[in-house]
Amino acid sequence: MSENVNETNTAKSILDVESLNVTFSTDGGDVHAVKDVSLSVTPGEVLAIVGESGSGKTVTARSILGLLPETAQRSGAVIVSGEDVLSVSGEQLRKMRGTDVSMVFQEPSTALNPVYTVGWQIAEGLRAHHRRASKAELKAKVITAMEQVGIPDAQNRFDYYPHQFSGGQKQRIVIAMALALGAELIVADEPTTALDVTVQAEILDLLRDLRDETGTAIVLITHNMGVVADLADRVAVMYRGDLVEVSSVKQLFSDPKEQYTRDLLGAVPRLGSTVVGSRKAAAASAKQDRAGESARESAGDSAGDSAGADADPGKPRDERESIVVARNLDIVYPGGFGRSDFQAVSSVSFDIKAGEVYGLVGESGSGKTTIGRAIAGLTRASGGSLKVLGHEMVGFKERAFSPIRRRIGFVFQDPAASFNPHLTIGECVAEPFAIHQRDMSPRDREKRVLELLDSVRLPKAYGARYPHELSGGQRQRASLARGLALDPELLVADEPTSALDVSVQAKVLELFVELQNRFDFAALFISHDLAVVDMLSDRIGVLFHGELLEEGTGEQVLGSPSNDYTKRLIASLPVPDPDEQAKRRGLARGLRTTAG
Amino acid sequence: MTAAISEPGAEAAETSVAVKKPSGGGLGRYVLIRFLLIIPTIFILTTLVFFLMRITGDPISASMGGRLTTDQLAERIHAAGYDRPILVQYLEYMGNLLKGDFGTAISDGQPVSSILLNYGTATVELVFYALIVAFIIGIPLGMLAAYHRDKAPDAALRILAILGYATPVFFAGMILKLVFGVFLPILPVAGRGTTETEYIMSGVVGPTRFYIIDAIRIGNVEVLGDVLAHAVLPAIALGVLTAGVFLRLVRTNLIGTLGQQYIDSGRSRGISEFRLVTKHAYRPALIPIITVMGMQIALMLAGAVLTETTFEWKGLGFKLAEYLTARDFVAVQGIVVFLAIIVALTNFLVDVIAAFIDPRVRY
Amino acid sequence: MSTPDNTSQAPGSNESLAEVAPGSGVPAIAYDDKAKKSWFNRLPIVSHLRQSVGLQRGMLITGLILCGIVLICAVFAPLIAPYGFNQLGTAEGNFGSKLPPGGTHIWGTTVGGYDVFSRVVWGAQTAVAVIIVAVIMSLFAGVILGLVSGYLGGWLDRILVVIADAVYAFPTLLLALVMSIAISGGQSSAWGGIAAAAFSITVVFIPQYFRVVRAETLRLKAEPFVESAIVLGASKTRIISKHIFRNATRTLPLIFTLNSSEAILTLAGLGFLGFGIEPTSASEWGYDLNKALPDVTSGVWWTSVYPGLTIVLTVLGITLVGESMNDLNDPRLRVRRKAKTKDAK
Repeated sequence: MSENVNETNTAKSILDVESLNVTFSTDGGDVHAVKDVSLSVTPGEVLAIVGESGSGKTVTARSILGLLPETAQRSGAVIVSGEDVLSVSGEQLRKMRGTDVSMVFQEPSTALNPVYTVGWQIAEGLRAHHRRASKAELKAKVITAMEQVGIPDAQNRFDYYPHQFSGGQKQRIVIAMALALGAELIVADEPTTALDVTVQAEILDLLRDLRDETGTAIVLITHNMGVVADLADRVAVMYRGDLVEVSSVKQLFSDPKEQYTRDLLGAVPRLGSTVVGSRKAAAASAKQDRAGESARESAGDSAGDSAGADADPGKPRDERESIVVARNLDIVYPGGFGRSDFQAVSSVSFDIKAGEVYGLVGESGSGKTTIGRAIAGLTRASGGSLKVLGHEMVGFKERAFSPIRRRIGFVFQDPAASFNPHLTIGECVAEPFAIHQRDMSPRDREKRVLELLDSVRLPKAYGARYPHELSGGQRQRASLARGLALDPELLVADEPTSALDVSVQAKVLELFVELQNRFDFAALFISHDLAVVDMLSDRIGVLFHGELLEEGTGEQVLGSPSNDYTKRLIASLPVPDPDEQAKRRGLARGLRTTAG
Repeated sequence: MTAAISEPGAEAAETSVAVKKPSGGGLGRYVLIRFLLIIPTIFILTTLVFFLMRITGDPISASMGGRLTTDQLAERIHAAGYDRPILVQYLEYMGNLLKGDFGTAISDGQPVSSILLNYGTATVELVFYALIVAFIIGIPLGMLAAYHRDKAPDAALRILAILGYATPVFFAGMILKLVFGVFLPILPVAGRGTTETEYIMSGVVGPTRFYIIDAIRIGNVEVLGDVLAHAVLPAIALGVLTAGVFLRLVRTNLIGTLGQQYIDSGRSRGISEFRLVTKHAYRPALIPIITVMGMQIALMLAGAVLTETTFEWKGLGFKLAEYLTARDFVAVQGIVVFLAIIVALTNFLVDVIAAFIDPRVRY
Repeated sequence: MSTPDNTSQAPGSNESLAEVAPGSGVPAIAYDDKAKKSWFNRLPIVSHLRQSVGLQRGMLITGLILCGIVLICAVFAPLIAPYGFNQLGTAEGNFGSKLPPGGTHIWGTTVGGYDVFSRVVWGAQTAVAVIIVAVIMSLFAGVILGLVSGYLGGWLDRILVVIADAVYAFPTLLLALVMSIAISGGQSSAWGGIAAAAFSITVVFIPQYFRVVRAETLRLKAEPFVESAIVLGASKTRIISKHIFRNATRTLPLIFTLNSSEAILTLAGLGFLGFGIEPTSASEWGYDLNKALPDVTSGVWWTSVYPGLTIVLTVLGITLVGESMNDLNDPRLRVRRKAKTKDAK
């Protein structure tokens, strides 16, 4: 199917992948990871390969450099600068790597060797291809490469070790390594996935500038449609090893040819969008503006004895009682022997009302997870006040808190690790009953488990399966079922969808909204993704370095942010629309320069 | 720790242009903390050994039980103070230890500290030779095995390594004695030197008691040759055992680091497989290797006890076996406690070296 | 933040818009097959054997055969050995000392006049008995201490860790020596000798199990599935017994095998230093080697070579099994089959 799109002049192209097939042997039999894929890239072009997990995009990328393990069976051809990577000798392949084609890796902290200086590591690539280069020559070249990727004071930092750089800078150095030998084709495998959005925006800018200045072609592997819209010229969509379609970036976003692409784009969360059926969607139509101001008023100490207060569905949300009240909350992780303490959260105040979804958004290190854990009693709050269902969490005693635990549910980020691998899903979901309702008969318990599975739309038979037999999305549904088993008044969801593919994420979010409407629990929804938080939260709080910078309704915070960091965060979020993204890019750049 | 888990990469939040300043003094603090940790280790070990050795009774009865009358025995026990409360004896023992007094051997009346001094050097010398053998064989072969991972050379080397580990050091010694002393008599199989060498050595003024150093100092080439010839078989017996362990250690750790992304990153830039193994993977692998090697050196001391017995190498292990036969538990206890202290110190040194190689600790 | 797709080369779980349940058909995934696996195929060694390929499989099978031979010798020693371990002769008279291999004594006789082959066979019984007693005792003590100490933390944990670390750093043979002095005063008596040796080795290994289980417990404590039990308000006993125990003991079969080989070597070392078991009460390889030491220089090789080689092969067998299990448990070290070449279309 790709023939008609690949009409770009093959004589001119720098990379030609011709009916590539890759098969792996796994514990469960052979997996045909890449099926008959053909692609080409011209000099100076950015081709994005997008797909969800298991689509074969990473395998395709690694085949371009011949980096697949020996157990992989390959057929077809991968022609880089006129030579077929799959059939050249080992030594020839070595010579091609670095000079003709190079690679940028996903996780900068693991792509750099921790025990060598960055200068030495960049120089290694040069040394491999220019045996007789002198030390001074190498150093000069390395410093040029470091300056090219925007490392200030490269002369001195030549001798720094990787751990002395921040995440974004490490990624710059990884890019410098790939560029140092003047490769005209760079394969970038999820180059920004491990980074925060604000840093991601900088790295994307860098890649674009490099392409513009040096004419380097880039094969960009990503799952993020925003990143595609930001950087790509052409896009190849993959699904389960098949190439679904190849289009120019404009066409892909405006008029996708295939149904799969359309579904994929439809599942991407966007700022300002809502999940169908959410109260926010209803509220948006019934325009109700008082939410923000009254939030602070009704907080107070009245929440102190709200212990028995059930959510009252009759009242509008902003008049209900607060079930979580944080006042100048401090959370400090004590340092070890000879190490200073780490202040994860400082002086944060907020309220969560009964039946309300409070979205907490922030980048890594902002303290958002810590707050969620403190509410669930997993981390100790150290100062200020944090009242959860009327119970003071600063200096709490497990014995006194434990009756309240049954009124709180928790959904963890990693679906793979949140179930005991030795128990069936049914047993895991029944855990809350086993702990809190011991007198429940086994038959009743089973009945309840089946009801719960049904409410998260999992087939009944799944109760007998083990966690590893479920997919990530299914596990996260089961996790919701367990969290809701005892009809909690509060659910803490810590990045519940960040480990999932977008299409699966969309379904889990939809389910979340449906359950929230049905059971009317309050929720703290923690995420690093602004768009996700915006989609389902009644109110949003923005955290940065342990401080709550801003809070309000989605419209207030995202529509007219007052804080500079919030503005930068919003502007850095790439949107799945190439034209819109080009505008935002300029805006983000402006904000960065003013911020310094 | 929880902080690290719940908020991965807290530093990543900085914008990408900020660079962390190197904070000095990390290594110094590490060394200090690590050094302070030796004290409880040594304290626990000496206490443990003291009480264990005394569970079955006092050393005098154990040593002379059958040979003296009950009255004579009681008298000796009283004279040595073994009839006092055990805690008093314990405190006295620990106090003496601090002064470097390890007690007096019952069987030959020598102060244990002078035994340690006179024979300790022989053991250190043997361990040193064996370490050289272990390094020379173990590390390159480990690299070779990792390089040819899962191919025939790797399998052969691994089996060889397991054989090295599976062979009790005294059995290896006996086989070596059999082959090079009996069937193919080309090397000496007992002692640290011929009688003549021992005579010359006893005449050295201000001896270091390291025969190799003393031989070099007196400039006698023949003696030096003799000393080295005597060292060959014991060093091989003890060294091959450790070489097997080193080989496996280097192989496993190298394969581990070879799976890291920075190796793929190097590969993607055309760095040769050989250099990736010997340079890029080796240095990060070295840190865990060195730590485990420290423990291996401790095990070598135990191996030395057996090797010395096999080759009549007059070191601490040889003496230990002698005192065990004589049931002289004061001397046994002294030697064991001394070896424990040496082990603790070795582990400390090794950890410091490992930390020094790791820039994440250094800066 | 974790990511939907990373460098995983072989897609493990596929999700599409339709969110296909794994095992429900395309593409081929392991799950279905795992669910149907019988308990037999999930046993440690059996499952390892089924996973292994090529060289790894060869090593594992060789190890299993060697271990099997030793076990058979241990169980059927009275049937296999022509003479008793302390038998000096038959009705026709004494065997004689230092007889070379051949004739009625296929491996010759020792200085003391015992039949070497018989003593080697009987020695297997001693070795297996010591391993079983020592490893099982240290397993129980180490696992319980590790679980409790790791989960509860606090002062108990700190003290236990310091003690375990100190003992762990101590050369095993020396510690075993001190222990056997403490237990039997260095005297070896009948089966008490075996018990003493076993107990000495037990004490040496407890810190090893303790450290492993404690480290696993600490790791598991931070796992979401344990935290979710905490959030639910499960009691400590419930969390330890239901959620941590089975997961923390995953690697124990491996340590079990590696310790077994160390136990044999320690036992032989003790025997070699004269702390073994008297020939009249049981047969022990290390002790026989000790007695054979003076023979070597006079060219009498059979008294040392046979028991020595037996030790080597036994330890080799156990270590091969252990190493193979280690490799198979660790996905980085596991060798996989090469995928069959399939036609693209």
